[in-house]
Formats: sequence, C-alpha cells, structure tokens
Amino acid sequence: MSLHVDSGPSTRAPVPPSRRHGRPGTGRTFLSWLDLKAAPYLLISPYYLLFLLFGIFPLGFTLWYSLYDYDLAGTVKWTGLGNYSALLADSAFWNAVVNTLGMFVIATVPQILLALLLANALNKRIRGRLFVRLGVLLPLVTSVVAVAVVFTQLYGRDWGLFNWILGSVGIDPVDWKAERLPSWLAISTMIDWRWTGYNAIIFLAAMQTIPKDLYEAAAIDGASRRRQFWQITIPMLRPTMIFVVLNSTIGGLTLFAEPTTFYGGNVHGGSNSQFQTVSMFIVEQGFREFDYGYAAGAAWLLFIMILIGSLINFLLIRRIGGKK
Amino acid sequence: MTTLSAPAETRRPRAKWAGGSDLWKATPLTRIALIVTIVISAFPLYWMVVIASRSNREATDIPPPFLPGGNLGQNIQRVLTNEDAHYLAGLTNSVIIASTVTISVVLISTFAGFAFARLRFKGGRILLLLVLVTMMVPLQQMGMVPLYRMMVSLEWIGTLKAVILPYLLNGFGVFLMTQYTEQAVPNELVEAARVDGASTLRIWWNVILPAVRPGMAVLGINTFMLTWNDFLWPLIVLTPDNPTVQVAVNSLNAKYGTDYVLIFSGTALSVLPLIIVFVVFGRQIIGGLMEGAVKA
Repeated sequence: MSLHVDSGPSTRAPVPPSRRHGRPGTGRTFLSWLDLKAAPYLLISPYYLLFLLFGIFPLGFTLWYSLYDYDLAGTVKWTGLGNYSALLADSAFWNAVVNTLGMFVIATVPQILLALLLANALNKRIRGRLFVRLGVLLPLVTSVVAVAVVFTQLYGRDWGLFNWILGSVGIDPVDWKAERLPSWLAISTMIDWRWTGYNAIIFLAAMQTIPKDLYEAAAIDGASRRRQFWQITIPMLRPTMIFVVLNSTIGGLTLFAEPTTFYGGNVHGGSNSQFQTVSMFIVEQGFREFDYGYAAGAAWLLFIMILIGSLINFLLIRRIGGKK
Repeated sequence: MTTLSAPAETRRPRAKWAGGSDLWKATPLTRIALIVTIVISAFPLYWMVVIASRSNREATDIPPPFLPGGNLGQNIQRVLTNEDAHYLAGLTNSVIIASTVTISVVLISTFAGFAFARLRFKGGRILLLLVLVTMMVPLQQMGMVPLYRMMVSLEWIGTLKAVILPYLLNGFGVFLMTQYTEQAVPNELVEAARVDGASTLRIWWNVILPAVRPGMAVLGINTFMLTWNDFLWPLIVLTPDNPTVQVAVNSLNAKYGTDYVLIFSGTALSVLPLIIVFVVFGRQIIGGLMEGAVKA
C-alpha cells in the first residue's frame, strides 16, 4: 500500500502538519486553500486523466475514423457517411446483427428465468449456505476462453459428450458447428452456464431485502407459494431486474470470446459466418482486412444497437414489473 | 473484515426463521434443484481435469472416460514446453498485468471514491454521473480501432503497457468505492479530523484507508479476475510470442485443434489461479457481490 506516494498528482497536495496551528501568514492560507479546494480535484484527476485518454479520446476518434476509407495499401480518403451506407447495404454486417440478436435472445431469456428460480431456491433455509452459493458462482470464475474450450469439445461432432448422450437415446448426432441454430444453441449454453449463477446471486441479494412480513401476510390470506413468487417477489425485484437485464444486454450484444473460441480462435464465425457476431465482424474488418474506417463505423452502429436494446428492455421490464 | 455486513446478513434471517413459519423451509424439490445446479456448475471444470489427465486416444473413446487418468503431469509438461503457445510467458505476463491493473485501479478508485463521498467540490455530482453513464458504453468495442492505432504510433504493440493502460479506466471501481466510503466512513469522523488540523491527504491515510479496506479487497479481487480473464484486447495488441495466458490458450486451440489433452491441460492451468483465489476469498466475493447488488 505504500505505493500510494507515486500514484498521482495528489501527492502534490502538501501536508500541513498540525503544529502549524495558529501561525498565520499568506503561505498558510495558500496551503489551506490548496488543501481544501484543490485536493478533491487532485484526488479524482488520475481517474479523469485515464477517462480522457482511454474513454473520450477513442470514442471521438472512432467517429472520426468511421468517416474515412482505408485500404490494404494504406491509402486513406474521406468518404463522409460512405462507410455507414455501405454497412447498411452489407449482407455480411446484417448477418452478424441477426446472429448477435438471435444468440442474445436464446441465451438471455432462459438465463433470467433460471436465475430467478435459482435465487428463490437459494433464499430458502438450507444447510451449507456458503458452500451452495460458492458452487453456484463457480462458473463466473472460469475464464470465457476456458468455458468455450470445454464446451466446444463437449459439443464435438464425433467424440463429444453431448452427441454421445443423444446417441444413447437414439437421436442422430448433431453437427453443432455446421448449422446456424445448433451453433447458436451451443454458444448460448456457454453464456448461460457462466452467468446464470451470478445473476441468481444478484437476485438473491435483492430478495433478502424484501420484508418477510409481506409473505407471512400473503400466506395468511391463503396465497400459494407460486402466487407469492409472482405477485410479491417479482414486482419487488424490478430495480434489480433492470440492472441484470441491462448488464445482459451489453454483455450479450458485445459477445466475442465464446463464438470465436468455438471456431478455433477464428473471428469468421463458422464456414458461412453462421455464428459471427458484430464484435467479431468489427475485429475481422479492422484487424484482418485492415479496413479501419469500416470497423469504426460498425462499432458505432453496435453502440446504437446497444442503446436501442437497452431502452427496449428497460421499458419492457418497467411494464412487466408495474402490472399488479 | 468482520465489519463487512455479509456474514451478519446471512445470520440474521436464520434467527428469524427459527421462530417463524414454514414458508422458508426447503422442499425436497428445492434441494434436488440446488444439487443439480451445483453438479452442472462443477461438471465442466471436472471434465477439464478428466481430459487433461488422459491421452488423446482415451479422450476420443466412445463412451467417453468419466474419471481422471494419470497423464496430467506429462500433459502439463507438453503445454509448458510447447513452442507455439509461449505458455510460461503468458502466465508471467498475466500475473504482471493483472497485479499492476489491480493495484492501480484500487488506488485510483479509493482516491476518487473519497473525494466523491466525503469532500464537497464544484461539479462533483456531474462528474460522478459521467462515470455512471460511461459504464454503459462498451469501450472495448468502441475504442478498439483508435486505441490500436494509438499503440501502433507509440510503437507499443506487443508490449504489456499496451494492455495495461486502457484497463486502468474502471468506472465500476470509482462507483463502488464511492458507495463504500459513504457507508463506512461517517461524515463526522472526517469533520473531526479536519478540526484537528489534518490535511486531506492525512485524512485519506489515517481515516479513510483503514475503514474502506474491505471494500478495497472486494474491488481488488474483482478487478484481478476480470483482468485475468479478458481476451479481446490482449488478442489484438499482443503478439503470439508474448501473450497473456488467455491468448496462449487461444493459440493452442487454434493450432492443435484435435489435440484435446494439450488444449485442456493449458486451459486447466489457466483457470487454476482463479480457482485458488475463489476458494480463499469466496466469502468476501459473495459478500461484496450481494452488497453491491442491493445498492446498484
């Protein structure tokens, strides 16, 4: 912790020792002015310096880049909104958009429902509480790449465990990577395996703040447990639900590592790009084709997608929770 | 560490339940559901060890093997000496990157959290709001192109600083430490120190730091895990011969597609440090997560 000395401009705030008490002078007023008025800004300045360099600057420049046309030879020319109109007419881009949205829906809807049910179960009186919670959270600690590696093997066409299980109940093996829907399903399970427990713990925390009397009263009125869950728990969870859904929206729409690893570390997303997401499309355009302008334009369109998605989900949750 | 309200929170309802009704009793169905969940949670990790400790011929057996074999040491040896993955370099780099980022983010956030929570200054509220808004922006995707070009012109491509610097921007940390400082340090304490003639920096060192240490621990563990696991940015700015551990695993996966035992051994080894962190700090991780969730 002694590192704090060199970690920023705040060290410039001088330390007037207390023995200076009652010794008036201009030097002291300046120092105390510095200490009272300037210190807060010095304390937040490291963060905002980083914010400027790695937040504002790249955002602005992404917009700037998106107005230029780059090619492999390294020539750059102004194109105005050319990249955007080209993107909107590019079937490869739309394919990535459809894939991203498809996997987002397939992954998120069951994930949130399962997380709610799991949280409800965790909220009961159970033995070994800490152990159970740790068990539920275990997937979160596992890196996305590791998750994807293991699931990709489990979904293997010839020697995968899942196809073996399907085969033992008489179902033909599925070539999970080759077709659109199976690949979406496979990738969605990777996402859900990693995030359901995390969301359940978040819901659990919120559930524990709901006054127990509400349930006791409802029980006396003869409401069944299922009814209590839908009529008390769910509406009371609304703020948390908004947090979880917005989090999942951002995470889901920026999906990258799972589908990339599923195709052996290749951002093309399958032989026909059947599971290429928008993030993978951006990387492919920017760092495989070196079309920086096109990639930057796609990044802005992704951002707009996230804003729209967040807004829709926000309104949706507000309505669901608001109905009594 | 005991001031963290998580343990208290988990104990309080128990006393209440003891005298309460049967509403909170776990039914057999609940128990079964929880057991199934834990099995599903643990299975892929177990499977990692099973395959990592077998040979490639056994890994592709039908039916597949369900118990660990005896080849783990030998397979790990192959990972560490593999010429394409640069696995040991990856491990070392990941340790350096994750530690540097963790220490810096915790300090930067503790400074800013102190200022936002307990010091009055013009523009404070708006600046804090700005932090919250930008937490919504997917900076990795949005800033990828200009940041990459920036690293190219600085000739930082392939160096660790190209990975570390952008990670230091962490709005969540500022938000968390602001919340934590507000809760853990009463305003009167700061005022009293001020009356005693303590400077702002001295207050930070003597009053704030001791009180917010549990919050710093939670943020630190969180940051370490996120940084260790991140993949996209290191993949772009690092070269395969000087990777992070995730990029090294990716190289194995990309180049040795069907050599499952090799890939799985590398993967298992990459997960191990975090599992250790998780086992040691599990209580704090869950406490911090649940506390943060209620406040968000």
